[in-house]
Amino acid sequence: MFRFLRAIDRKLVRDIWHLKGQMTAIISVIACGVATFVMSLTALEALRTTQEAYYDRYRFADVFAYLKRAPNTLIPRLAEIPGVAHVQTRVARDVILDVPGLPEPAAGRLISIPEVERIDLNALHLRSGRYIEPGRDDEVLVTDGFAVAHGFHPGDRVTAIINGRRRQLRIVGTVLSPEYIYTIRLGSLVPDDKRFAIMWMGERSISAAFDMEGAFNDIALDLMHGADEQEVIDRVDRLIEQYGGMGAHGRRDQISHRFVSDEIKQLERMGTIVPSLFLSVAAFLLNVVLSRIIALQRDQIAALKAFGYSNFEVGLHYMKLVLVVVVLGVATGCGVGCLLGRHMTTMYAKFYKFPILLFSLPAKVIVLAFLVSLVAAAIGTLGVIRKAVKLPPAEAMRPEPPTSYRPTILERLGFASWFSQPARMILRHIERRPLKSFFSMFGIAMAIAVQLLGRFPADSLGHLLELQFHVSERQDLRITLYESASWQGVYELQHLPGVLRVEPRKMVLVRFKNGHITRRTLIQGLVDEPVLNNLIDEQGRTVELPEEGVVMNAKLASVLGLKLDDTVTIQFLQGTRQTVEVPVTRLISENLGTFAYMNLRALNRLMQEGNSFSEVNLSADLDQYDQLYEQIKKTPRAANVAVKQVSVDSFRRTVMDNMLQMQFFNVIFACVIAFGVVYNTARIALSERGRELASLRVLGLTRGEISFILLGELAVLTLAAIPFGIGCGLILVKLVCHFLNSEMYRIPFVITAKTLGMSVLVVVVAAIVSGLVVRRRLDELDLIAVLKTRE
Amino acid sequence: MSTRPIPAQSTVPSVAQPYAVFEARGITKIYRMGEVEVPALRGVDLDLFEGEFVVLLGPSGSGKSTLLNILGGLDVPTSGSVRYRDHDLTKDDDAHLTGYRRKHVGFVFQFYNLIPSLTARENVALVTEIAAHPMTPEEALGLVGMSHRLDHFPAQLSGGEQQRVAIARAISKRPDVLLCDEPTGALDIETGILVLDAIERVNRELGTTTAVITHNAAISGMADRIVSVADGRIAQVRVNTHKQAPSELAW
Repeated sequence: MFRFLRAIDRKLVRDIWHLKGQMTAIISVIACGVATFVMSLTALEALRTTQEAYYDRYRFADVFAYLKRAPNTLIPRLAEIPGVAHVQTRVARDVILDVPGLPEPAAGRLISIPEVERIDLNALHLRSGRYIEPGRDDEVLVTDGFAVAHGFHPGDRVTAIINGRRRQLRIVGTVLSPEYIYTIRLGSLVPDDKRFAIMWMGERSISAAFDMEGAFNDIALDLMHGADEQEVIDRVDRLIEQYGGMGAHGRRDQISHRFVSDEIKQLERMGTIVPSLFLSVAAFLLNVVLSRIIALQRDQIAALKAFGYSNFEVGLHYMKLVLVVVVLGVATGCGVGCLLGRHMTTMYAKFYKFPILLFSLPAKVIVLAFLVSLVAAAIGTLGVIRKAVKLPPAEAMRPEPPTSYRPTILERLGFASWFSQPARMILRHIERRPLKSFFSMFGIAMAIAVQLLGRFPADSLGHLLELQFHVSERQDLRITLYESASWQGVYELQHLPGVLRVEPRKMVLVRFKNGHITRRTLIQGLVDEPVLNNLIDEQGRTVELPEEGVVMNAKLASVLGLKLDDTVTIQFLQGTRQTVEVPVTRLISENLGTFAYMNLRALNRLMQEGNSFSEVNLSADLDQYDQLYEQIKKTPRAANVAVKQVSVDSFRRTVMDNMLQMQFFNVIFACVIAFGVVYNTARIALSERGRELASLRVLGLTRGEISFILLGELAVLTLAAIPFGIGCGLILVKLVCHFLNSEMYRIPFVITAKTLGMSVLVVVVAAIVSGLVVRRRLDELDLIAVLKTRE
Repeated sequence: MSTRPIPAQSTVPSVAQPYAVFEARGITKIYRMGEVEVPALRGVDLDLFEGEFVVLLGPSGSGKSTLLNILGGLDVPTSGSVRYRDHDLTKDDDAHLTGYRRKHVGFVFQFYNLIPSLTARENVALVTEIAAHPMTPEEALGLVGMSHRLDHFPAQLSGGEQQRVAIARAISKRPDVLLCDEPTGALDIETGILVLDAIERVNRELGTTTAVITHNAAISGMADRIVSVADGRIAQVRVNTHKQAPSELAW
């Protein structure tokens, strides 16, 4: 065996084999760290490169704008704006769809495309079927996700309510669009392929259907390299203002782009936190184990040096040991990380609609993982190896001097009589090497922290879900109208079958300005004392809406640099388009978005729009849903219908399921850490104290009693690790919440008692199991052999 | 190293004109144990001649191990000078001492210090792999009568066998000096004789200058010279005119 190896390297191989249990534990911890690292980085790489390539090949636009209606004569003027490379104008309308097999109405968006395919911005990727043919005005292309969700194939038909008339549309092809990688409709939390479809229709037929001949209401612009985006946006806004422009915006505010980019940002951040936890624990374990190996091999080191092995060769020998562990850890980690990364990429492919989401493991990720692990290992072991190297050979020939102990603080404080002799041994052992004890405890604590990190998202989202769908939104369904309607409409809706209560609200697109900071967002106008659409803060407390002024969520206020009672400029981007100055009369903390709220009457007064609303929340009698849906599908004014229960279900199905899978991995990871730390600590203690414990056995102590001495130390450390781990975990969770804080959402800092309990339980069980594994060795302790061993 | 080239294997000793391989003059060694200073050597002058077999005799704590460690380049004296051939060991840094040990010295320790994870053959190979003109491990193990246990691990060998492997390991590089620290200290008489036989044979057949530390006066019977060490000083140097074979020693 190993004929090709030098004798000293054979020693290395056998030493590692001899310590296989401990080595495996450390390798596993490194592997977990590397796996999470590789998973995040490969998923990140897949998302980022695919996004870039997709945008590039399918010419995703840079600036977007919506307006009411502008004549095509405006197009040359848009093209003249300095910095604009290409102008695309379209007709886009939200419609209600009546989908066979789906009782509730679905939401659709119709977008115009040229009758004859040509190279344009926001190009479509044809997944199946064909492009539309000129002259056939019922042909549409639909988002692939929608077709798949319903099992539609080219040739199938869907009914859309266009201008109050039911119209059969024939699907001729399924497509993907760079504008809808994340196909989510405004106001939803997750994509719902079943109930939201984008449909592309020939521009002639769509113009005819919506009386938009010679006009457009949607602009996409491609900018020249180095163009000033803000400057272009301002100019576009000035041009389209008189045509009911609703404010141009860049990619940053493009909803699909925003989601994908946020995910990329999160991956970047998460790709560092968790791996560094694992690697710091691995560094500590390596330190402990290598210290022990070197202590046990003092005489061997001395012999090597006596024969003329140089300090460098001795150092290199132990460095190789570390290197082997790192290489095995990194290799395993890359393998597992690859699987996890592939899993995550598949998961992403469900959410993000790319033509192809390529998973690859770039060499640079492996190299990076190796280097990072190596640095961690070096931090953990270089000091120890230095000590071995510095060991004077004559000194090393003598056995290590007996370790010095002293009474612990507790004993010195006079509590000595409280402890039995074995308990004193435990405490003195812990106190003798406080740093090592601390790190052991730290390691176990990290196992708890890792679990909290893995489990809290489910709690947070559960909390969010509860707040959003049970405390705040109590409607059964919400209907969005094409245009603001007068109060009369409320009474009409009241008479729909099964409707119990109707509560109007008004969503107005505005631009807030404070100095030179501007934000385009929505103001929600709410009725007095709303029942179906409760305004709440992040704790779920009902917030009173003041009669006057605007209520802002804290995130928006901070983005705009506003405090309570400051005055803010509001430019309405809809209706009569007034610009007004309004005081900020209240700030609320919210988890989602950057919204603002006003009393509906105050809002209407400011907009000079009398009594009008744009959305309505309904509560309805479950038994009459079918009739209600039928009626709504016939309502010409309805642009969108959202059924709350369906949103809740789809949210649970998509998000929570993925959470649970990730949680499963986290439990495994935590067990690996807990086992790694506890098992190693116990093995080292056994190695250090085998003689002592065997002597005690000779003196007549039972196996149980010596187990108590050995495992008692671990029990004390594990118990101490629980509060510490929870503390660290909470800090890390807080940190992650902070990292994930974006204008889209703030992850609420919520951890349930159940999560705390489970995290602690898993670690305690892992600790007990590792303790028992070591205890078995204690039972096999050969009394005579141990006493004979010279140390 | 700055020494002149030294033949790896010296010729048969010339009794008529002995050449001093080692010249130690006024060496002292003080160990500092926390606050306390413990003198181990208090001024030792000693010459070791080429090819001779010297026994350093003395009770434990007399400083003989310290002396041997200094001669072997494992330790440096607090004061005094040690010359190996024309080379001053006290002026050497760690790297030079390592090179000195690597080229010229073979060590045998009381507790063998074999690497438990390596077989007999591999323990010897550990040294032959870094030596310039070594024997093969099989050759070295054959010299100590261990040819039949080449692939045994230390744990599978008796104490005497382990010590013979240790001797094979020490001589395999054909050292100029062989330094043995209580080589029979942990062994019974019969095994001890086997081990001493091996050392004696190496000294006789290879002409290796050999120093053996012991507290067992009986062993001095096989030496050319007996140096008695007591309390950190040389108490007496005696030339043995009637050399005995190990088997003749009255234990």
